[in-house]
Amino acid sequence: MVELFALSINDVATSSPAAGAGFGQYLLLGLVLGSLYALIALGYTMVYGIIELINFAHGDLFMLGSFLALQLAVWTGVTVAADSGTGSIILTVLLMLVLTPLCCAALNVATDRVIYKPLRNSPKLTVIVSAIGVSFIFMNLGLFWRGATQVKFPDLIPDIDLIGGASLRFTLKDAMVIGVTVPVMLALTVFVKFTSLGKAMRATAQNPTAAQLMGINADRVIAATFAIGGALAGVAAVVYGLYIKSVEYQMGFQNGLYAFTAAVLGGIGNIPGAVLGGLVIGVVGELGKAYVGAMWSEVIIFGILIVILIFRPTGLLGARTREKV
Amino acid sequence: MRHARDWVPILFVALFAYPFLPFAESNRGAQFTILFVYAILALALNVVMGYTGLLHLGIAAFFGIGAYTVGILTVPFFPFQQSFLVAAVAAMVISATVGVITTAPILRLRGDYLSLVTLGFGLITLYAIRNLDAITEGTKGLNPIEAGPLPGVSEDADFSAVQVHSNWGTRWYKYPYLYFIILGTLGMVMLFLRNLERSRLGRAWVALREDELAATCMGLNPARLKLAAIALGAGLAGLAGAFYAMALGTTGNPQAYDFTLSMIMVCCVILGGLGNRSGVLLGVFLLMGFDRIATNLLDNYLQEQFDAGARTYYKVSGWKIIIFGSVLILMMRFRPEGLLPETRHQRELHPDAEKKEEPQINAENADQDRKPSLN
Repeated sequence: MVELFALSINDVATSSPAAGAGFGQYLLLGLVLGSLYALIALGYTMVYGIIELINFAHGDLFMLGSFLALQLAVWTGVTVAADSGTGSIILTVLLMLVLTPLCCAALNVATDRVIYKPLRNSPKLTVIVSAIGVSFIFMNLGLFWRGATQVKFPDLIPDIDLIGGASLRFTLKDAMVIGVTVPVMLALTVFVKFTSLGKAMRATAQNPTAAQLMGINADRVIAATFAIGGALAGVAAVVYGLYIKSVEYQMGFQNGLYAFTAAVLGGIGNIPGAVLGGLVIGVVGELGKAYVGAMWSEVIIFGILIVILIFRPTGLLGARTREKV
Repeated sequence: MRHARDWVPILFVALFAYPFLPFAESNRGAQFTILFVYAILALALNVVMGYTGLLHLGIAAFFGIGAYTVGILTVPFFPFQQSFLVAAVAAMVISATVGVITTAPILRLRGDYLSLVTLGFGLITLYAIRNLDAITEGTKGLNPIEAGPLPGVSEDADFSAVQVHSNWGTRWYKYPYLYFIILGTLGMVMLFLRNLERSRLGRAWVALREDELAATCMGLNPARLKLAAIALGAGLAGLAGAFYAMALGTTGNPQAYDFTLSMIMVCCVILGGLGNRSGVLLGVFLLMGFDRIATNLLDNYLQEQFDAGARTYYKVSGWKIIIFGSVLILMMRFRPEGLLPETRHQRELHPDAEKKEEPQINAENADQDRKPSLN
């Protein structure tokens, strides 16, 4: 009965397929949700890779992002799909997809500047506790913004089945999630691999001191990392809102936890690892819900995390992450 | 901070005296009882985190295991009907055993990964408690927990003769008798930990925390030491859970044992002073006291004064998490060693402070400051 937050672990909204759906359907749903987790996980993993901070506030940033997207829809007046033309719906969704990541990135960078930067040389635990503090503040802001109950997110993308097969439904919503997340991840990969800032990021992650000696501006790299992580959380927030159609101030906690687990599962600090981890978590969670029982899916997810860490102590793809002393 | 430990005995005396004061209320007493329970829990976490340096993010799981052990052993629903003493000991033993069994395979994990597994373990325990309806009654919780009396107290002993206030309970497990039992236990835990810190085991833990490699080279067995810390921490957390279930008379909603509680306990320990018993005590009283007692008082006060209405941001409770978060951030920025730091941690966090302060120390205090830092 810790009244401080009274997080309800039971009320996490997810869209579940109709009864009698087959394995393929659950797999698809798992992959779709998994790619969402992967987007959030990337924010955790990149920040961890650079400054070894478990950013507990990341999930709550995601929550604020979805509230902002909701607010944008309210401002443009496009809240009910039936009342608005296709053009205005597309415009609104695009507006969300541009503005939300920008604001999330700005907020994340500002948080880093104000709160984490003065602690750069402090012990890890100090920074983690600050991140917990930031998470509390974000959560309270969300509470002020939209209250303590679940809020409906405008259902802007229709549930049109694109395949038309009897056994598998692949709706426009699923396509939207994949159509947004996959290009974003590809763009991120290209950015990290081929641009000079990306190279600087990888260098800083590998060895901050050596990177600085080579003339890399660590502060700039860190700010860029927070910006990218925040922007990815913003994209995920919009897509999540449109897909799940319901948001609340505590959702950052649960989804952040899943994403975080995904990052660890893949090997924290490792970008492809976070994507793989996200997909694994999504698929395992959905299959667990389908075949073991909805209420056991979390147990299965965290159980798998523990089992994998016992046998591969640095995560699935984490072999390259060195122990920093 | 020089006389930091002097206030603890005074606090204990004051708390022992509280129920006899004319303005004592049984509600307030019951709230204090819960604070003492959380203090035991935070001290348990301090063994793992403060002494041994393992960031454990799942201490609430052991708290829950303790509470549910007491529940299963005492509620009428099950055939056990044990006395509270048996149930509390069982809670400690089972928590410690679970702690050792679940931690042993993951000890080779490094730093953050270990923390994450403890987090995962905490969540699994919570979900398991929630889902195993047949045993734990799911979200309803096991109740009523009315354990058999302590040895030497008869089942229907009537305590009305020693009632000072008319609103005190008359059964042995009601306030204020449980209040004294838990406060007494908290005092004993403090004394026990004080002695433990000075013992071979306590010093070995600190050595391990400071430099695992060096400690290993000196012949310490890190795996064994870490398991001992987990066993003790989990056992104490189980004891706290046992008292929690007793004090509430129910195990309550499983949410009471969730990740949030683990995090708040981490915050209490760090805010108060990692590794320092009295600091941890202060941290719990401040944070949990603010959460459980002060907020409600302020809410009622504001309501009476201004009749502000029910909007979230008109109430202190609506601002609670923001206040909490800001305090954590400001503390980490300006006083990362906590309110009452352990000497060793303070030196670590302010490596140059000692040199600067040296000339300012006047003669009478200089002696005290040069005492060995292991209290």
